[in-house]
Amino acid sequence: MKKVYKISIDCANCANKLENIAKKFNGIEDAAVNYMTQKIHINFKDEVSPDDVMPELRKACRKIHRGCDIYI
Amino acid sequence: MKEMNTKQRGTLIRIAVSSVLLTALLILNPEGHWRLLLFMIPYLIVGYDILIGAFYGVLNRQPFDECFLMSIATLGAIVLGEYAEAVAVMLFYQLGEFFQSYAVGKSRKNIQDLMDIRPDYANVEGANGELIQASPNELELGAIIVIKPGEIIPIDGVIIEGSASINTCALTGESLPIDVSEGDELKSGSVNISGLLKLRTTKLFGDSTASKILDLVENAGINKSKQEKFISKFARVYTPFVCFSALALALLPPLFGHFLYGNANLGTWTYRALTFLVISCPCALVISVPLSFFAAIGGAGKAGILVKGSSYLETLSQVSEIVFDKTGTVTRGVFELKKIVPLEISESELLEITALAEAFSDHPISMSIIEAYGKKPDESRVRELENIPGMGIVAQVDSHTVAVGNSKLMQELSIEYSSTSEHGTLVHIAKNGKYLGYMLISDDVRPNMKAAINELKTLGVKKTHMLTGDLKSAALDVAEKIGVSEVKFELLPQGKVFEIEMLMDKKAHNEKIAYVGDGINDAPVLRRADVGIAMGGLGSDAAIESADIVIMDDDPMKIPLALRFAKKCMRIIYENICFSIGIKFSFLIFAAFGFVNMWYAIFADVGVMVIAVLNSLRALKLKNTKA
Repeated sequence: MKKVYKISIDCANCANKLENIAKKFNGIEDAAVNYMTQKIHINFKDEVSPDDVMPELRKACRKIHRGCDIYI
Repeated sequence: MKEMNTKQRGTLIRIAVSSVLLTALLILNPEGHWRLLLFMIPYLIVGYDILIGAFYGVLNRQPFDECFLMSIATLGAIVLGEYAEAVAVMLFYQLGEFFQSYAVGKSRKNIQDLMDIRPDYANVEGANGELIQASPNELELGAIIVIKPGEIIPIDGVIIEGSASINTCALTGESLPIDVSEGDELKSGSVNISGLLKLRTTKLFGDSTASKILDLVENAGINKSKQEKFISKFARVYTPFVCFSALALALLPPLFGHFLYGNANLGTWTYRALTFLVISCPCALVISVPLSFFAAIGGAGKAGILVKGSSYLETLSQVSEIVFDKTGTVTRGVFELKKIVPLEISESELLEITALAEAFSDHPISMSIIEAYGKKPDESRVRELENIPGMGIVAQVDSHTVAVGNSKLMQELSIEYSSTSEHGTLVHIAKNGKYLGYMLISDDVRPNMKAAINELKTLGVKKTHMLTGDLKSAALDVAEKIGVSEVKFELLPQGKVFEIEMLMDKKAHNEKIAYVGDGINDAPVLRRADVGIAMGGLGSDAAIESADIVIMDDDPMKIPLALRFAKKCMRIIYENICFSIGIKFSFLIFAAFGFVNMWYAIFADVGVMVIAVLNSLRALKLKNTKA
């Protein structure tokens, strides 16, 4: 399942970091962060529900840098 | 100033206050304990959030967090007694961040405004004729909506009442308003400038043009280019590399010095290591690449060229061969009466008879004749109409038997007709078994097509091809008119895919092939080519879905324009990559040998970023645009 979420990320490198984390994240097939439009596109694995994955990814995102967030 | 947000304004004030204090302190040059205390004031004013960020970075085990690295560099400088440098590094780092956030925010806003075609509501008439704002999402197919002057047309539809001027700029980049009236079809995303329009929707909101374009723009981020991937990888290695080098620089030379010469020189090497940390942030690079693509995609969007992702811009810049579809792309796909050749009677008489016989037909050729006739044929003069499929029409016009059709019809009726070598479709006319003459109907080549192909050649496209299902003579005639170098004719739709695959096999690895089509029957070809460009296909769902680049109106000059956007964008990206990496590594080497101090390092770091960002923003505009 593909979904798009709004993100809040101030620095371009942090956006890269989020993309790298999300790509390897449990339950996520592939992910792309668009820093310019402040969005993350996530392709979830078939068997998982985004509701299970997203809170975890959000936690990881907030750790990247102060102020980074994903709006679920 | 007005465009800044609160956070940016706050940062700017802190930067200003801190730099005034720093200048004052540099002039006053206080001594002793006061020196540290006084310098800490501008340091903390400008850098307190960095220090807090660093603290969070440590808590979250992010060793290569840029706040953390900046804090180490400046705190280290303070320990070494270089107070002024610590403040300056913090100050310029913040200035750089401020500039970056301002530039990015501004271009983001510019481009979002550009693509601001999202309708928030649709007016529907209530029971008493009053207007109610409804969510466009909830309206059914065929709903009647009202569009007031100044409003965006929310859903595609047909005008049932009223007339107005509309601006299609957000869709096509064309700034001249278009006059529309009852019966005209409107695409959502255009703006009603004047007049009240009543529309019957012909599509659901989700299938409307505006929604489709917005979907496309939103998803443009998924297909990342090679350059973006490279930068992302580079950034991942660069910061750790610089940090470990800094650590090595702080430890190894002093160790050698201690054992070999009995002199560790710890302070000097620590200072050089801290200078490394100042240059450790890959920001200039990381920001400039996506910013360039974003600016170019935005600039192209403003010109009516939708690019679905940065990777397509990259591919387009490498295109060496362009393949055009004929009908609907090179030509307008609309038939037009070109010539009337009457025998014995006048042209207008022949046209009138033919138009009357064709009065009830909706075949594209009949329509072109009726259009040329210029008025509605008097249907009462026509009786006993007989449509002969694949041949034409036989009808009673003013009690005469009129036959209008192709050569097969004439042969069928045993009427002698004249033939010609001219290109196009011939329509023969006979009255009461007597040949009256013929009309020549053909599909016009789009104006500017030849100019577009010429410009493509000057932009480095080596070969241009045209594919068509038409007969040889018609194909060669058009090919000659527009100046394409290769032409393939009498192709079936699958044949076009085959031709593209042949070309893609033959070309060199780093050369790409673009296909330009209308997406109506060539969607598989659009998908198969390295980069598929759909033209004038806004109405066609297939075109928007299968193409990588969509030209929103039907101006062929937009093809070279798209190519120029792509080439300029890629040039800027390579400039930025080489420039940033070059400067960063030179400064790392200079710093290792002690040729530069922290002042130079931070100037270089911020300077590179500012130049790279300003350079990126150039991708938004093209010089002396002809289209």
